[in-house]
Amino acid sequence: MSPARVNWREVFARFGLVMALLALIVALSLLSDRFLTPSNVVNVLRQISINAIIACGMTVVIIGRGIDLSVGSLLALTGVVGAGLAVGGLPAGLAVLAAMALGTALGTFNGLFVAYAGIAPFIVTLAGLTIFRGAALAYTDGRPITGLPSLFMTLGYGTFLGLPVPIWIMLAFLLVTHVILRFTALGRAIYAIGGNEEAARLSGIPVRRVQAFTFAYSGLAAALAAMVLTGRLNSAQPSAGVMFELDAIAAVVVGGTSLFGGRGGVFGTLVGALIIGVINNGMNLLNVPSFYQQIVKGGVILGALLIERLVATRRT
Amino acid sequence: MRTTFRILAVASALLLASSALAQTIGLSVSTLNNPFFVTLRDGAQQAAARLGLELLVTDAQDSVSTQINDIEDLIQRGVKVLIVNPTDSAAVVPAVMAANAAGIPVIAVDRGVDGGFIAYFIASDNVAGGASAGQFICEQIGGSGPVVELEGIAGTSAARERGLGFNTYMRENCPGVTIVARQTANFNRAEGLSVMENILTAQPQIAAVFAHNDEMALGALQAIEASGRDIVVVGFDATDDAVAAVKAGRMAATVAQLPAMLGAQAVEAAAEILKSGAPAETVNVAVGLELVVE
Repeated sequence: MSPARVNWREVFARFGLVMALLALIVALSLLSDRFLTPSNVVNVLRQISINAIIACGMTVVIIGRGIDLSVGSLLALTGVVGAGLAVGGLPAGLAVLAAMALGTALGTFNGLFVAYAGIAPFIVTLAGLTIFRGAALAYTDGRPITGLPSLFMTLGYGTFLGLPVPIWIMLAFLLVTHVILRFTALGRAIYAIGGNEEAARLSGIPVRRVQAFTFAYSGLAAALAAMVLTGRLNSAQPSAGVMFELDAIAAVVVGGTSLFGGRGGVFGTLVGALIIGVINNGMNLLNVPSFYQQIVKGGVILGALLIERLVATRRT
Repeated sequence: MRTTFRILAVASALLLASSALAQTIGLSVSTLNNPFFVTLRDGAQQAAARLGLELLVTDAQDSVSTQINDIEDLIQRGVKVLIVNPTDSAAVVPAVMAANAAGIPVIAVDRGVDGGFIAYFIASDNVAGGASAGQFICEQIGGSGPVVELEGIAGTSAARERGLGFNTYMRENCPGVTIVARQTANFNRAEGLSVMENILTAQPQIAAVFAHNDEMALGALQAIEASGRDIVVVGFDATDDAVAAVKAGRMAATVAQLPAMLGAQAVEAAAEILKSGAPAETVNVAVGLELVVE
């Protein structure tokens, strides 16, 4: 094996997804001269931040061979509660922390049912999806909450070192999630459980506690995303986040994390979220008629997965 | 015991008399826990008083089963015409068929009914609403300029009709306007924001935005304000948030339905049936809309 020779097969296997994204970017910048401008790049990154934050939590859950369908409703509930507390007079910082604590608690609620009652994650979080949505509607009487303190505007529209705050929050959360997954015993336990739950149990991993943690983390992620979205809209909507679970799952799966658990990571998820965000942005820039947008979006996601799969098959 | 009987006898005699003398019509409302339908009921009551009709109103509290019971009660009480504002277009069908079987003509208001026979269908004219938004925008921007349309959920009647009215008006009466972007934001505020951000990136010049509902309009408004550009925004529905934005001068206008007119037109249709019988086929009555401006 001479060091000068590049193993293209290996390169494709590792970076197939990134290449799919690059191909998309090249195609779009040829089609629209407004696509690859600095302001549009920042725009796309800011737009994907909410989905990417939720998808980080979802990645952790899916690596542990779970699924969390409740994130969209959980986002709505934590958003309206955080906004409600802030409008009700609680200092804005405390209201944000309370909303994130609530998100973690609701995620833990999901996790306890999965880990300790042994109910399938799909069912538990499907129940969560309707319960949390109902609670958000009941809490607000179906109306949006407005008149928020300025901290929320900072979360949604502020900038730090030239980049919008939502992008910083996304990057920070990505990094934290990456560190947990790759550099802690907890992270290794999550991969082990996703790979083979029985083997993980036999090797002394506290499977139930770790499983419950993954759902709690997903709840925290959804609540964090809720704070960013509330800032972006300068209001909290009980109807926010409908179908967000599907966008998050799509980002995770397009990003190469296996739905069967045990494999994947958050940087793939970021690329997945970028692919979805770039498609949405590109279709708006090119003024693709509404009816065709859904077909294009689904088609590009399938195409990206197909490329990834072909590359993976050649590798083995 | 005997007193009870007597009271019952008197009561039923009175009931029979009242239904025989003053013509009684029934109105089954989906919910009075929503100001829109309360106003609809008020409009119906005023029209009934004006026309000398007795109006019985029931409130289904947004429950399908309550509404079916309500309609059965109204049939039992011998209403001559039944006005239904369905909680659910499909679930109300058996009750409408029961009224049909009892020979009582049925009028649907605000929402349609998926089966049975409906003599009149009274609903807001979304096409006219879209056209009046178009007219307003045309006047505001001086008859020419680039305009953006944010569409509702593809395939819904509201999105189709509002878009049709708007685009037909622009094509026929405001040829100076070009629709530079026509994108869906699915009636959703968060999507209105991100789609508008993308359109702002793509289009250096935008004079006005028409959104098929207020949620998308408010999302777009957020994006426009963040961009610092000056663009006329018109929404649809006159939600509390949107009316507040219009009053504050942030949003140019929103198209409001007229629930009182819906109620009044339904009662007038009922009076028409009492006078000259039910039509052989469903008659659609489109009620106009009103533009809310600062």
